Formats: sequence, C-alpha cells, structure tokens
Amino acid sequence: MHSSVITFPGSNCDRDMDVALKKFGFKNKMVWHDDVELPKSDLVVLPGGFSYGDYLRCGSMASKSKIMKSVLNFARGGGKVMGVCNGFQILVESGLLPGVLLRNKYLEFICKNIFVKANNKDNSYFKDDKKDVYEFHIAHNEGNYFCTKEQIKEINNNNQIALFYSDENGNVNEKSNPNGSLQNIAGIFNKQKNIIGMMPHPERMIDPALSGEDGSIFFENLINNLK
Amino acid sequence: MKISVIITLKKDVLDPQGKVIHQTLDGMGFEGINEVRQGKYFEIDTNEDDKKKAEAKVEEMCKKLLVNLVIEDFKIIGSQ
Repeated sequence: MHSSVITFPGSNCDRDMDVALKKFGFKNKMVWHDDVELPKSDLVVLPGGFSYGDYLRCGSMASKSKIMKSVLNFARGGGKVMGVCNGFQILVESGLLPGVLLRNKYLEFICKNIFVKANNKDNSYFKDDKKDVYEFHIAHNEGNYFCTKEQIKEINNNNQIALFYSDENGNVNEKSNPNGSLQNIAGIFNKQKNIIGMMPHPERMIDPALSGEDGSIFFENLINNLK
Repeated sequence: MKISVIITLKKDVLDPQGKVIHQTLDGMGFEGINEVRQGKYFEIDTNEDDKKKAEAKVEEMCKKLLVNLVIEDFKIIGSQ
C-alpha cells in the first residue's frame, strides 16, 4: 500500500504521520506543497500543523496550494484522502468536505486526550474495527465544527458523521464535547465516504510507552481495509 | 483603484471573541453595549481603473479566498 503525506509550510505533524504509516506497513512518501503531481497513492494524508501560520482562516491558504489541484482530482476520482487537525481544516476550506472549523467555544487552545465514538463503520476507515470508542489526542484552537442547517441535514441523511466526541463509555453528550462542535462532531466523511476529516490525532497514539495504542488499532485496520 | 471590503460573521454564527470584547468593555465601565461582533477589513489596490471591473474582481476574490461563505458575509464599502 502506498501513501503520501503532504507537507505545507507550517505543517508539524507530517513526520509523526510518516512514522505511523510506515509502522503499520504503508510505503509512504513525503510530498511538498509546491509539487504538482502526486506519487502513486492508495491514501493521501493532509497532516496537522499550522499551515501558512493559520493566516486568513486556518487551512485557507493551503487549500489553494499547487499540490491541492492533484489532491482534488485524486479525491474526486474516489481516492482515499484523510485530513487530521489542520488537514481537516484544509479539506473543508477546499470544499471537499462540508462545513467549517471555528475557534473553540471557550477560546482556549485544547491539548489533551479525549474519547471519540465511531459512528459509521460502512467505509474503508472503520470497517471491521473491533473498537467503538477510541482514546485519541487533540491539540487545536479551531476545532469547533459548524455548518449550515441545510448542510447538517444532508450530513445526517447521508450518515456522514465519522466520529463523535464522547466519554470513555461512548456516551455522546455536552460534557464530552471539548470545543463546542455542532452535535459533538469530531470527524466527518464526504458523501461517498472516501474522504475523512477529523480533529483528533490517531498518529499520536501508536506507542504504548508514550501514549496509547488506539491509534495502532486504527492504522492496522485501515491498511487491511485498503488492501 | 483601491477597493475596501469588510467581512463580518453571519448573524447566527457564534462570535466568542466579540463576546469577550463585550465583557471587557463592560468591565471597563462602558455602559449600554448590546452586542460586539468582530470582523475583518481589507484594502485591495488594483491597477484596474474602471470601478465596476475592479469591484467585480474583488467580489470574485472574496468568493474564492477572502470569505468563507458558510460563516461570513462581505460588503464592498468603498472604491477610490
């Protein structure tokens, strides 16, 4: 399985993602934002960070960078694209996913472990996953998911919510919502479910000595589903 | 021609920064403030001399990059 991680100026989770993908068997290539063509890829990842210093709106500049034309073509042709944190912000700014990520409700940068509940397993990212609730890490200032009334209706009708913020037992409620996200949304799919954007970082949970192993479960399952 | 444009958050979008500014102004003793909403302001200097054409160009810039139409509105407030 071949993967590509795009590095934008200001990305800072690109190398962590590279380590995670390689650990679970992907042949990963790093791709610079100014490149025009994507290498052969079964999965393209937009990593976390602060691309272009979060100028204008988070992800807005990166969504217009050169490589994104190829990413858009790849995604529209059904290619698997995963955006994590700033990568999620880039995906909504590029129009590949609906909605927007606003400033966290209480204006705090949040950096902590949280729990998320997988909502839809009928897709390459969570199919056959033995877990329902994952402990992942979040580190963001703009993770407050928001969209229009029409968009949320469509998202629910098409079962596009990938992850909810929950407690460790999978209860989705206001208490388990760290940033004010609409309906506790932590991650969403496009209609076809080949594109996923999520605020939590699975790549930070792949080493039991440092963090946890719920990310390992996610990546192991992902590569098996893509084979 | 220099075009000025302001960008504001749509009415039903939460503006936590505006809220905090409001609270701070209350705390400083400014009375009678109903609401504070924070926005953005751009001045775009183009070499276009025709006002209509310059404004049309800036409108396109707004729709494609400067504004996120899910949460923001924009208004061209001056051309000189």
